[in-house]
Amino acid sequence: MKKSRKDMVFNLSLVALIFIAVIIVENIPGVNPMLSTVLKKGSIYALVAVSMNLLNGFTGLFSLGQAGFMLLGAYTYAVITIPDSAREKVYMYVKEGSAVSRSWFDNIANGLHLPEGVSNIAIMIIGMLAGGLIAAFFSWLIGLPVLKLKSDYLAIATLGFAEIIRAIFQWDKLGPVTNGSNVLRNFPTFKTAVFPLTVSAICILFIVLLINSTYGRAFKAIRDDEIAAEAMGINLAHHKRLAFVISSFFAGIGGALLAMFQNTLQATPFKSAMTYEILLIVVIGGIGSVSGSIIASFLYISASEWWLRGLDSGKFLFIESPAVLRGGFRMVVFSVIIMIIVLFFRKGIMGERELSVTRFLNFFRKKDGKNEENS
Amino acid sequence: MSENVLRLENITMQFGGVVAINDLSLEVNKGEIVSLIGPNGAGKTTVFNVITGVYEATNGAVYYEDKMILSNHPQGKMKKMYAGTNADKFPDVIVKTPDRITSLGIARTFQNIRLFKSMTVFENVLTAKHMLKTSNVFSTALRLNYKEEENARNETMQLLERLGLDDVKEELATSLPYGKQRYLEIARALATKPKLLLLDEPAAGMNPQETMALTSFIKSIRDEFDLTVFIIEHHMNLVMDISDRIYVIDFGKLISHGVPEEVQNDEAVIKAYLGVSEEDE
Ligand SMILES: Nc1ncnc2c1ncn2[C@@H]1O[C@H](COP(=O)(O)OP(=O)(O)O)[C@@H](O)[C@H]1O
Ligand SMILES: [Mg+2]
Repeated sequence: MKKSRKDMVFNLSLVALIFIAVIIVENIPGVNPMLSTVLKKGSIYALVAVSMNLLNGFTGLFSLGQAGFMLLGAYTYAVITIPDSAREKVYMYVKEGSAVSRSWFDNIANGLHLPEGVSNIAIMIIGMLAGGLIAAFFSWLIGLPVLKLKSDYLAIATLGFAEIIRAIFQWDKLGPVTNGSNVLRNFPTFKTAVFPLTVSAICILFIVLLINSTYGRAFKAIRDDEIAAEAMGINLAHHKRLAFVISSFFAGIGGALLAMFQNTLQATPFKSAMTYEILLIVVIGGIGSVSGSIIASFLYISASEWWLRGLDSGKFLFIESPAVLRGGFRMVVFSVIIMIIVLFFRKGIMGERELSVTRFLNFFRKKDGKNEENS
Repeated sequence: MSENVLRLENITMQFGGVVAINDLSLEVNKGEIVSLIGPNGAGKTTVFNVITGVYEATNGAVYYEDKMILSNHPQGKMKKMYAGTNADKFPDVIVKTPDRITSLGIARTFQNIRLFKSMTVFENVLTAKHMLKTSNVFSTALRLNYKEEENARNETMQLLERLGLDDVKEELATSLPYGKQRYLEIARALATKPKLLLLDEPAAGMNPQETMALTSFIKSIRDEFDLTVFIIEHHMNLVMDISDRIYVIDFGKLISHGVPEEVQNDEAVIKAYLGVSEEDE
């Protein structure tokens, strides 16, 4: 108990430090804008990766529906929060115009005389929660039949579900809601990385608390041995569905954040490639390690968006590369690095462990102890 | 008349064409220690799997505390294939998943140990407390259930102390020696607060001293936790010492039953065990 409390304090102060650093960094003019991108996108991917880890790593259900649930969250968010004044322009290719309006919210906000900043944050939170809930609702619907499937089939079914959702959202007939295959824009977005970092931190904190609760133990029991878990009174169907719904809820929130990050929204990028990207982060970080997923997200986003950018224009570490190696060369190098990691670090950066001061300190204490014995 | 805790009526379990249990009826009374013995492959583990809802019996009914908890008769394809008897006796179909059976008060251990391998000894037992919680997922995540959690932890600690596992509580369950793993499985089963404990070959792989210690241990927990025990075992010393009554099955069929002396001298039992050398452990 004591040990875990010490780690908790350490982790919370680490988070606080990161926040302070972010606020300082963002307010210094001339700081590399890439850093801000990494912080924003990294925190979003961290949330989505942790939510996937909850299901794939902690409950042992190999689902590949992540992009589908993110898309549900992203679209729900955008459709709900676009201001009515902008809808005519956004939905201009749809004959019927927008079928959704946010006047209900604006009326309440005006009635309460909320300042614009406050009402803006309020609609963003409402939109995100709605995104999470819609994603959770769909996972609840498909959960019962899909979770009965054995691992490979579960992966195929969830992957198929995500692709179907994407196709449906691009369907003309749903234009009044989804804008068909046209771009959604003008929904409220965030300016600084503090917003996505805060939302991610709160969500991940909830997931960590859940994993360390009695339900988390039940999830791990199912992962370790379904038959034994069932014999200990753990209802498999109920608990698998619960993990699936919670994971999807946070994937939905992550999708909403991603929509904000991109400023505009289309269904096309929410392909299975996005799910694989997140799966890769989970694997690199360590299946069954929350801190691993978080670290891997920031590393992955830093590498793909920032550190390796120079490769495409031929400038990398002061080396000028010949023209053949430009344009797209970044992805080649990136893929090779990923392959090396997956081949040689099977357990990822963290394995199943978590970042922990006590383990860190014990490591050195043990070393000291050994030295004393030797001398 | 003593009170029935468990009663099987005409249970037949057929896998395709293989009849693993054939028209088996038996009962276990409150406070008894009853053994189920028989040669390898006789269908003993299958009996446990039927009682705990892992398999759905092809025909027959299971009663717990005189309430019918499971019942079935041959259906669908099985109608034609059914090779047993009494197919018309059980019109009801009652199916329960193993977790429902456990929550009724029937806990079990496994012949081939099934511990939660990523968890410590302490966590293994604590996890079995999950089914007794009353709080929902939100209140547990937000730690509003801290009293319940603390209770569960205290009870887990007491169990570990009682079973002599408190000194290894932080170790990975799978790193324990074999014998301790068997005790841990019993601790985990006890954590669900059962009234009926099903033990599937708890002494498998133990030497004579360990087996003797286990024998007195089972008797003592029976009294201490107010249990009824139904046990599958191969070690004849343990069986003869511990059992109030013994059921013997061979090829899924009941061939003998009674108090240890009766069974020991039963011609049919001696014949079933002849040439089968599994007592030589
Ligand atoms: N799931 C199953 N499918 C097919 N046959 C089974 C299954 N489970 C058990 N059996 C068969 O039932 C018989 C009894 O097995 P079991 O109950 O494990 O025996 P015991 O525990 O007495 O050694 C064996 O012949 C076994 O092959
Ligand atoms: Mg067996």
